[in-house]
Amino acid sequence: MNDAVTNILLSGVGGQGIILASDIMTEVFLEAGFDVKKSEVHGMAQRGGSVTSHVRFGRKVYSPIIKQGDVDILFSFEQLEGLRWLNYVKPDGVIVLNNHRINPPAVNLGQMEYPEDVPGIIRERFDRFYLVEGTKLALEAGDIRAANVVLLGAVSKFFDIEESLWIETVLGHLPAKVHEINRKAFAVGRDQIEA
Amino acid sequence: MKKVLTGNEAIARGAYEAGVKFAAAYPGTPSSEILDTIAREYEEIYAEWSPNEKVALEAATGACFVGARAMVCMKHVGVNVAADPLLTLAYTGVKGGLVLVTADDPELYSSQNEQDNRHYARFAKIPMLEPSDSQEAKEFVKLGFTMSEQFDTPVMVRSVTRISHSKTIVELEERKEGPIPIEVEKNPPKYVMLPVYGRQRHKVVEERYVKLKEFAETFPENRVEINDKRVGIITSGISYQYAKEVYPDYSYLKLGMCWPLPDKLISRFYEHVDEVYVVEELDPFLEDNIKAMGFPVSKGKDVFPIRGELTPLLVEKGISGDRFQLPKPIFTEELPPRPPNLCPGCPHRGIFYVLKKKKLFVTGDIGCYTLAALPPLNTLDTCVCMGASISHAHGISKVVPKEERKKVVGVIGDSTFLHGGVTPLMDIGYNNGTATVIILDNHATAMTGFQEHPSTGFTIRGEPTHRVDFLELGKVLGIRNLKKVNPWNIEETEKVVAEETEKDEPSLIVSEGPCVMLRKAIKEYHKPYSIDPDKCRGCRTCLNLGCPAISWQPVSGDMAITADGKKRKGISVIEKTQCPGCGLCYQVCKFDAITPPEGEVTFGFELA
Repeated sequence: MNDAVTNILLSGVGGQGIILASDIMTEVFLEAGFDVKKSEVHGMAQRGGSVTSHVRFGRKVYSPIIKQGDVDILFSFEQLEGLRWLNYVKPDGVIVLNNHRINPPAVNLGQMEYPEDVPGIIRERFDRFYLVEGTKLALEAGDIRAANVVLLGAVSKFFDIEESLWIETVLGHLPAKVHEINRKAFAVGRDQIEA
Repeated sequence: MKKVLTGNEAIARGAYEAGVKFAAAYPGTPSSEILDTIAREYEEIYAEWSPNEKVALEAATGACFVGARAMVCMKHVGVNVAADPLLTLAYTGVKGGLVLVTADDPELYSSQNEQDNRHYARFAKIPMLEPSDSQEAKEFVKLGFTMSEQFDTPVMVRSVTRISHSKTIVELEERKEGPIPIEVEKNPPKYVMLPVYGRQRHKVVEERYVKLKEFAETFPENRVEINDKRVGIITSGISYQYAKEVYPDYSYLKLGMCWPLPDKLISRFYEHVDEVYVVEELDPFLEDNIKAMGFPVSKGKDVFPIRGELTPLLVEKGISGDRFQLPKPIFTEELPPRPPNLCPGCPHRGIFYVLKKKKLFVTGDIGCYTLAALPPLNTLDTCVCMGASISHAHGISKVVPKEERKKVVGVIGDSTFLHGGVTPLMDIGYNNGTATVIILDNHATAMTGFQEHPSTGFTIRGEPTHRVDFLELGKVLGIRNLKKVNPWNIEETEKVVAEETEKDEPSLIVSEGPCVMLRKAIKEYHKPYSIDPDKCRGCRTCLNLGCPAISWQPVSGDMAITADGKKRKGISVIEKTQCPGCGLCYQVCKFDAITPPEGEVTFGFELA
């Protein structure tokens, strides 16, 4: 275990299950023996607005929030919300992006345009960029609601932590009747990233 | 056992371990989950949602006066509401320990201001503890109870958003009951604040303050960490973590108790280090008091912002000054913002659509519906504090010309009304007011997480209870015109609003529609509506409802002409996965382009 702290920024739109995903990650890092902190905001900020969750783990963590430019892994549930936080990512950072679009109000009203080719913009700037079809793969696994778990499966590949610990923690947050689908969703997600 | 807990969960755990018997609160971000957690996990503690923070503190005071340990939790502005009992509770003191948790919201993530509640401790001359992570949040609540009983004083524990809503590791311990037996004991000179007794108690407050200052000198949570002696940082709470993040090697005086301050300890810290920086969020609270002791502060609010949330980056920027450089931006194009929004199917949308159409001046209040002030609804004209919508409407209607009175309505949520709106409505009834008041009754304290309140029919633990009827209450307060509307039915709502605002008498309209996110209150959701691309003229009327499920799609070529030959620049489209089928957009479309699911028109959702 080295001294460096790993910084993960989750981003997306209120209602996409970002807080649940960061809760699961936090528990996994605790069980794996690290110091861990995470932070987000609740209340009005969550009503369909941009949501972020900061997760940090290592031998000793002070601040629960990540400094701009220090993000090791940007884990985004939505294209525009991935783009919004690019400046927080280290030049050699990893970006895992769900290939999913949710229009913000200004786009719905036809006042602004949704940025074109978000994956292209990111690919141009980051070597370690991974586009994941979270929604599509979740549907294939049997339930569109398992999209978070597909994405978690993909992100899990970037940590040197037992796959079984991830699966156990994910399932611990879900009712027994959806365990099988989510087990599958996690595995499919994990397969998206080549070691 | 170790667990990762939010600051709020840790505060709840602290209350449990401290043997707390009574806990009360009114929900408010970022404090709400403290009582949610107590109600869910710790049945040993009596828990309640009080109608407001003042009532919560007074009820907790009653419990502590007979020996029970009692905790009361609120957001920063909630302490303003509870300030009346708090400032005199400082005089009476306690018997069982009493801890008041204030959760401040620097950056105004979900609040109307970003006041710094450390000032309350100084104002009330009572101690305030300031944890810097969840472990300390739990421990400081327990310490708070011990101190409260030792010094016979209420103790404040101050959290902020980044403590309450951050998770860090906490070591759990067992519950230990409080040391004081519960018994009713008469002691008027202590508990009856007549002037004659109040004068005596003020003496006690001042003597206690001297003792607390002495206690602060050796309080172990006022911690000195001597490392690199060139710089010493004095800090408290979350700011400690931010400073340690960027400058782990400097020396620190971390104040676990930010009031009263330990003068001698601070003086000794100055002897150890060459110069001192004071790192704190919001006001220069520590800095001003340290300067008043006669000590120099090399870096303080001259380099750190007084507004907004502090961050490790801002600490670094303040301390390194000209040498500071932001990381090189990777992407600089302007992106469409994504502000919070009323949900698809929200019952507030219909009523605000009507108020906008009628061009009314809308005095507003605190809740999700405050978002109606933003485009495209743009229909909320004041919002200051809980309940003020009604008093604002009353004040305005008393001074504007008679014809203008019809243009003013006050809107207030159900929970907000019960918190602070009952007395203003009484004011209207009593003083022959004429304002029209609309209660937006969505059957929950929605924005903070669907907490129960005195009109939902359930307690915090889900036990059935008396349900306040708004119209009955309006009647006894002297409001003569009482109406109920379905806010998803535009025609009906418009008719009632027009009739009631026309009257030269006070009116109360209850706009009843369950929050669309409150699954248990809704009988069933409907299938999504759809827009016929042949009929849509692209007039944007439906878009102006601001429903996140409806979006604009520019069209060209053949598509730029409707089936019946009309030109258009674009069409509206409904995103099926987002539409719960409330039926509002169907009612505003002048071209019959919006189709109800299975041909059945809906007016919102039935109650379960």
